[in-house]
Amino acid sequence: MSTLRALAAAQAVAAGVAQPVATVRHLHLSRRPLVLVPLAMAGEANAPLAAMVGAAPGEARLLIVPQPRNRDQRFAFVAELAATVLPYVDAHRGANEAVPVDRGRDVRYRYLDAPQLLVPNPAGVTFLRLLGRATRFRRIDGDYPVPPQVPLLGRWLTFFAERAEHPGSSALVAMTQALSLHWATGQSAVEDLHLPALLGWIAPPAGRSGAEAAAWAEDPQRCPPAGPATDPSFDNERLAPAIEAYAAAEADEVARGEAYAELEKLLRDQLTPTWELMWRGVGLLRALPPGARVAGRWDGDRDAFTAYADHVDADGAPQPRRDGAVAAAARLHRLERAADLYAVQRAYDDPLVMAEYRLTGEAFVGEVVLADAARIDDSGRRPVLRPRIQLVTTDPVLVPVGAVLSSPARPAQKARVVFVTPVADGKTEVVVELSGGMGRGLTAAPGSVPEVGERLCYTTLSEAYVPAGSFPAVEETPWTHGGPPAAGVPVDPLPAGEGAAPVPDEEWT
Amino acid sequence: MTSSEQRLAEIRGGLPPRRHNARTIAALTGNPGCTRRAVLDGAGVDKPSLAERVGFPARFGQSRFAITRGNTFEAQVKADGGAELLRLVADRLGVPVPAVASWTDLGDGDELTGRVERSAALLTAAVTPHEPTDPGHAGSPHEVDQGAALFDHPLLGLEVAGRRVHLEPDLVTARLGGRFHVVEIKSFPVVDGQADAAKLAAAAVQSAVYVLALRDLFAMRGPDPDLVSHEVVLICPRDFTNRPVAHLLDVRKQLLVVRRQLDRMAQLDELLAGVPADFTADPAAEPATLVASLSQVPARYAPDCLASCELAYFCRQEAGGHTAALGRPVREALGGIDSVAEVLALADGEPVADPQRAEAAALLRTAARLRAEALSGAA
Repeated sequence: MSTLRALAAAQAVAAGVAQPVATVRHLHLSRRPLVLVPLAMAGEANAPLAAMVGAAPGEARLLIVPQPRNRDQRFAFVAELAATVLPYVDAHRGANEAVPVDRGRDVRYRYLDAPQLLVPNPAGVTFLRLLGRATRFRRIDGDYPVPPQVPLLGRWLTFFAERAEHPGSSALVAMTQALSLHWATGQSAVEDLHLPALLGWIAPPAGRSGAEAAAWAEDPQRCPPAGPATDPSFDNERLAPAIEAYAAAEADEVARGEAYAELEKLLRDQLTPTWELMWRGVGLLRALPPGARVAGRWDGDRDAFTAYADHVDADGAPQPRRDGAVAAAARLHRLERAADLYAVQRAYDDPLVMAEYRLTGEAFVGEVVLADAARIDDSGRRPVLRPRIQLVTTDPVLVPVGAVLSSPARPAQKARVVFVTPVADGKTEVVVELSGGMGRGLTAAPGSVPEVGERLCYTTLSEAYVPAGSFPAVEETPWTHGGPPAAGVPVDPLPAGEGAAPVPDEEWT
Repeated sequence: MTSSEQRLAEIRGGLPPRRHNARTIAALTGNPGCTRRAVLDGAGVDKPSLAERVGFPARFGQSRFAITRGNTFEAQVKADGGAELLRLVADRLGVPVPAVASWTDLGDGDELTGRVERSAALLTAAVTPHEPTDPGHAGSPHEVDQGAALFDHPLLGLEVAGRRVHLEPDLVTARLGGRFHVVEIKSFPVVDGQADAAKLAAAAVQSAVYVLALRDLFAMRGPDPDLVSHEVVLICPRDFTNRPVAHLLDVRKQLLVVRRQLDRMAQLDELLAGVPADFTADPAAEPATLVASLSQVPARYAPDCLASCELAYFCRQEAGGHTAALGRPVREALGGIDSVAEVLALADGEPVADPQRAEAAALLRTAARLRAEALSGAA
């Protein structure tokens, strides 16, 4: 928690409405995101109860499981969900573009667009991850076959859930996280996980304060929870009798139809408020201008989507239950790199995010008071252009002499700190020596060296490319990590009985 | 009745103290610094009624689907005289599966004292030699009965705030290889070796309460309390199936936490010394009286309370305007300053009265300037 964000929360308490903590949108928003609001059956291991899904506010599709403990009905539900999600995914496999790789010596292709899933909260992401886990290893033949789209959906859901772990990815987004990234409310982070309360703070209805709107939204009778967990009193008082009525109807077609309609209505009423809030959230986010580097990160999502689509086309194996040692280390490294880059890019895109680094002394904004654009350093073997500029700032400067800084205004240029001199009135003079981004030769290209009077931000955060670490091949897994997996044994064997062996009917797997 | 007990009875009103179970005792470890909670829980006040009376009803419910599923799973695991259970526990502990094991259900019978005595006698009988103990032979084969035994629904006791409370855990105590293990059956799934972190943490604290109660019983009855292992066997459904899988949980840390909180409640006299004489939490009293009364005993509200304490919504309302209500990270990021109004005043550049706050004030002023600058687009 940065002090800047904490201050915004304090201001939200005083103002009675959420305060912005970003000036631009830091995530990609698809033209037609697929909103998915899942509900789970209490007590069961990630058993679906219902879902509302669609790519536009008017396209809500309600799927329900009238008897959530019934295995066949669960898979029928997953098949129905697949009938919505898979065509949506496939619709993004149209046109592609060539991307040069290997310094232009080769090209690869990526789709021009990628699917985007939106769920209400992090628990919704977990639900999809577990639903993917429960379905991607299912067999379409054998004793307990499932429709072929079930394991395929499982693999795609797993793909989305893994992307959701990737900092800066917009492939699967939890709405509460997306909103919290841009607004600070006057309530705690725990309470912000409740989508109705969060939106109550961000956009309270006329005549109500954010705190009042949030308190109103906390009553599950008025405002059903955004799932996947249902309200216990809803379960006990309304859902349980409806499920029992459905079960009791048995072969009686008319009674069964009525009971089904009643259940459908109950679940629709629970899901519709969240469905509407999801689209309100989309609207609020869409109103923000996208950050300059958002499109670049979305390119990464398009790359990942293209790669996984190719993998599925090539009959590749489903994602393993657990990564092997090498794959896990590589994944961790990838996520850490992505997290670092995401933090830097957000600061570069957004002065309000950069302000957090200014407060901690990792960045400062100053005015150029002196500039020597023609300075040549001829102490080395050949003379090089090394202009120096002096800035005056009121920000706290904690960067040491010799540190290499960059500026969001000139990302290609490096600035080495030469002097840091505190002067009167809490101001600091900083002299930096510039290199790079000024063209060839010993004269700086026009405009490439900051001029006197210019206001500039310099920071230790760097966008510079950091080469990926190298990892051993799987067969060379070091002994510290368990050594190479035994020959002939797949890295991720399915446990005995799972998938292949007969399982009792009521079991999910 | 001691004066403290008298006092607590007055605080409660005419009602008998609320019964504790492992869940409520485990919940006590959540916010150990809260005096209001220590006093109310120590007195055994009916907090749900109290919360409703003052207009902030608690929202703790359990879905009957969850209850049904929990019961079904437990019955399935315990079926056939615990044969499957025994195999799971023995496998996990790495001991050979005993060919025979006795199964004792201690849950029978209505009368409480009789059941307490029966539980205590049967649990300790196995390890207490029938012949007089020779201190020189402690640890001799006679000391420890090697027979495997499972005890279902033991009735245990624990001192909470000077009062003996009875715990009726839905659990099995397994005696294998001469040691006792608490076996906790939970219906949340363990998928690919991972369980929901919050549920797992709650199960660990609850199990620690049982371990503590068992050790207390042993300490009173003679056998070595260390015969009760600090490793708890947790049995959960594996993946998305109903097939049970056993895991070991080391609850040493939770034991310390629970013990510490129980010790603190044992010293309730000291806390009561700071409570006004007319303090009442009798749910039958007038709401206005109750609110006035409650406000005399300080609470330490944190957003985590919402998940564990019935009075949390009341305390949250009371904490409005305080940085603590925004969560500890926010409060710390604001230099530990308690009041939102003061934070904003300092950020606005108002002079600092307290020299200890000078540093926080400077930080807040800079933060406010940077925030305003960035929002106005000047940066």
